[in-house]
Amino acid sequence: MSERALVIERLNKIFTTPNERVVALREIDLQVKQGEFITVIGPSGCGKSTLLKIVAGLDVEYDGKVELNGQQIKGPSLEKGFIFQEPRLFPWLTVEKNIAGDQSLKDPKVRGKVHELIRLVKLEGFEKAYPKELSGGMAQRVSIARALLRKPDILLLDEPFGALDAFTRSHMQEVLLNIWETNKTTMIFVTHDLDEAVFLGQRVVIMNPRPGHIKSVLPIELSFPRKRSSLAFQEMRRTVLNEFEKVEEESYTVGAGI
Amino acid sequence: MTVEISEKLSEPQKKKINWLNVTYPWIVPIVIVIAWQLVGSLGFVEEHILPTPSKILTTFGTLLGNGELFYHLTVSGQRVLLGFALGVGVGVLLGVMTGFSRLAQEVIDPSLQMLRTVPLLALIPLFILWFGVGEFGKVFMISIGAFFPVYVNFFLGIRLVDQKLIEVSEILQFSFWGKLTKVIIPSALPNILLGIRLALGTSWLVLVVGEMMGTSAGIGYMIQDARAYAQTDIVFVGLVMFALLGKCSDSLVYAIERKSLKWRDTFKG
Ligand SMILES: Nc1ncnc2c1ncn2[C@@H]1O[C@H](COP(=O)(O)OP(=O)(O)OP(=O)(O)O)[C@@H](O)[C@H]1O
Ligand SMILES: [Mg+2]
Repeated sequence: MSERALVIERLNKIFTTPNERVVALREIDLQVKQGEFITVIGPSGCGKSTLLKIVAGLDVEYDGKVELNGQQIKGPSLEKGFIFQEPRLFPWLTVEKNIAGDQSLKDPKVRGKVHELIRLVKLEGFEKAYPKELSGGMAQRVSIARALLRKPDILLLDEPFGALDAFTRSHMQEVLLNIWETNKTTMIFVTHDLDEAVFLGQRVVIMNPRPGHIKSVLPIELSFPRKRSSLAFQEMRRTVLNEFEKVEEESYTVGAGI
Repeated sequence: MTVEISEKLSEPQKKKINWLNVTYPWIVPIVIVIAWQLVGSLGFVEEHILPTPSKILTTFGTLLGNGELFYHLTVSGQRVLLGFALGVGVGVLLGVMTGFSRLAQEVIDPSLQMLRTVPLLALIPLFILWFGVGEFGKVFMISIGAFFPVYVNFFLGIRLVDQKLIEVSEILQFSFWGKLTKVIIPSALPNILLGIRLALGTSWLVLVVGEMMGTSAGIGYMIQDARAYAQTDIVFVGLVMFALLGKCSDSLVYAIERKSLKWRDTFKG
């Protein structure tokens, strides 16, 4: 747990559109250890998705140092998995083919791994179903299985459970923690939900908008499995909430000035 | 894991053939044919204006028997196939080029769009001047007719691919081939098939026009020739042939469409 997997130093990102210049990220510094679970929260528009896309290699037009295992990030690669807010399945492929992607299911090794993942996300019986036959939660589970098949070192999740109901969401959180514990995957998990951030993260990164920057990083020193009803959890949640509210106040005052 | 969600797919329902549904499309044509036969048999209309279905059927038998129909059919078939293949081939090529490359789009597309606005049939005099009334001119006309729908729809199909899915294929590091076969082609398929169906339609149309303006074989010629001798029954045989061929080729593409697009979740009426 000592090795630093991801090192971000003085990361700046500016979007230039014909009529304005948006500073999406300013002077971001963040170091993530191998196997660490980081959650990121912050008001809408503070650059959370932008940050994840840069780490994923989907956006390479940035300034600063962003290194994964000592290598500057220059594009997507198989070590980096990404789970989007919406499942983004290929509607013309069945569940198992969506998970396999451009790997062939005829290969018994691929087939075995795909079916193991289908069991992991509890979708047995749906191997041959098309995405239109799945509920939102089921589709999102397929997209998680798809990301896991490539055994990424680091998994980037952009509000992956945002569209799910409370019941499915808590089930998915358990599934994700399970995967994290078995595979030791480094996780960076963006969410709007404070409860989720505290429940999952070993550290919570709080971001602030205009321009997007990191306001504070709070360690959550609670052992897993965590219990939402426990006093310690409630306490932790309150601490993070306090910090978060400060951010919101600031962002509203800035907002009011515009 | 504390939460268990059990979801199982229910047994797929056995497909039952509903005979009522199969017969529905035939009701209107059958009623019309019966009425038509009656009108002719009872002497309301003269035969050289509207021959009865039974008369048309006999003529059909005769033409089939002496090999004349088959001869015209092969000639027409060859023209359509050649022209269609040529048009579709070039259409796919240019459509894919402009679809993938902005540069190609900016160089090629404006000129093609301009050409597209010229009504194809207005080019006939020019084609006769250039190529005479030989085979080449006809095949070329057909291929132009087939080209535009294919070109436009391939281009559109590629440009309508969801950027979000392209992003997924980049994250998952698909090879170029994987990207093409798992993302771009399936996504563009509805447009591709639409383009091909439209191209088939125009091919038949241009064929008939081409065959009516000077040739010595083909179904279109057969019709034109029969008109000169007031053999209305032969005209009808020709028309029925066109209807059958058009319908068959269209149904073929439609069948492919239904089979390959079953993943789609669209309004089915
Ligand atoms: N492609 C783009 N072009 C121009 N500006 C952009 C682009 N993408 C994002 N931005 C701007 O960058 C800022 C950060 O956007 P981002 O999507 O990262 O926010 P976010 O924190 O993910 O918000 P949310 O919680 O609503 O998803 C916003 O002000 C947005 O307007
Ligand atoms: Mg976002």
